[in-house]
Amino acid sequence: MTTTRFTINGHKKSIDAPPMKRLLDVLREDLHLTGAKEGCGEGECGACAVLIDGDLVNSCLVPVLQTEGAHITTIEGLAPLTEKDEKLHPIQQCFLEEGGAQCGICTPGMILATHHLLEKHPQPTLLQIQEGLNGNLCRCTGYMRIFNAIHQSALAGAAK
Amino acid sequence: MRSNVTQYDLIAPNSLDAVLQILADSPDRYTPIAGGTELMVALGAGRLQSRKLISLWNLEELRFIEITPDAIVIGAGATFTDIRKNPVIAKEFSILADAASWTGSIANQNRGTLGGNIVNASPAADSPPALLVYDAELTLISTRGPRTLPYRNFHLAYKQTVLEPDELLHSITILRNYGGYKTYIRKVGPRNAQAISKVAIAALAHMNNGRVKEIRIGAASLREYPARLTATEQSLTAKTITPKVIAAARAAILTEARPIDDIRSTARYRATVAANLLEEFLRTL
Repeated sequence: MTTTRFTINGHKKSIDAPPMKRLLDVLREDLHLTGAKEGCGEGECGACAVLIDGDLVNSCLVPVLQTEGAHITTIEGLAPLTEKDEKLHPIQQCFLEEGGAQCGICTPGMILATHHLLEKHPQPTLLQIQEGLNGNLCRCTGYMRIFNAIHQSALAGAAK
Repeated sequence: MRSNVTQYDLIAPNSLDAVLQILADSPDRYTPIAGGTELMVALGAGRLQSRKLISLWNLEELRFIEITPDAIVIGAGATFTDIRKNPVIAKEFSILADAASWTGSIANQNRGTLGGNIVNASPAADSPPALLVYDAELTLISTRGPRTLPYRNFHLAYKQTVLEPDELLHSITILRNYGGYKTYIRKVGPRNAQAISKVAIAALAHMNNGRVKEIRIGAASLREYPARLTATEQSLTAKTITPKVIAAARAAILTEARPIDDIRSTARYRATVAANLLEEFLRTL
């Protein structure tokens, strides 16, 4: 066991875990943040994507020890729900309105990949959208509704 | 089956010197791990042999891109995203930038490192064909000091390299003198992102009075490691590109290539496509 300290969704945490434990398993088992999903477990599908220090990363490929001192954002941290404020993040709202989610397994990764894309390209072209999402697989939607949701997110100024 | 993660140890010294000292002194053999895009896949699949790992991720001594008037020096810990963001690489080393752009996905490019791509020594890796045609030089380091060698001499056999157990790849140096060269790179696979190539060719040529003064061809998935196709290069040197010369070059690459049948493709398909890619480049000269 090794102690790893990081900031997750704005909260400082200290985790005792085997140093090679996958960040995905730490999130789901130790922190009970089950938004990140395991799809392929080999970095192909993006269902486990999170943001580490602002960068999109597949959490199934990150040993927890390598997150020492990092700032991690999961889907739970994108629009922290409180009793007073249940507003979704604009990207989530656009996915909802455009039908960008069906079974939902890929959706947390899709939304974080969109967040990462819009930080780099606030008004992305279709090609930039396709590239930004190239590591996130969806077997339900056929992607068009997801692309529409991203386009709407950009129009809504979601990058800000 | 998934590995039992409690059986693995990972340490993360906070300086390159500390890592090198451990590699030199420890009776245990440590496997370096940078962004984890290769070794963590092996861990997940229950086939990671090394039980002791040492982290290189984010060591600032390895994560840099330095531009000098004559050369670009890329730290082994630079990620594919770092490479894609660099304006000098985009302008002067476009085929390396192209290779970085179709390595994995955005998330994998944020973690995968150029050094890891080289040291992992996959014959199908995306960046080596570009590094081979730019005739990149590698700097290896250990507590015994640094040494340099041309990248084309780095691989010895399938997944075997000249790297000693106490050594790390430190950096990759490419000279900035490719202004007058025509360049080419193409990966053939089911899709650009994520897919591992069936075959890939990078090439660069310098023409003089309608003749090939110099040509370099680097290939992925045609030999047991990323390799220059020197016999094919020789078949083209000092030649004017005519249909006959193209036919001879196609014959040369079919002889020189040693592709295999595997889950991604067949040897015959790979060799034929490699000849087609080479011809596509030669027709631009």
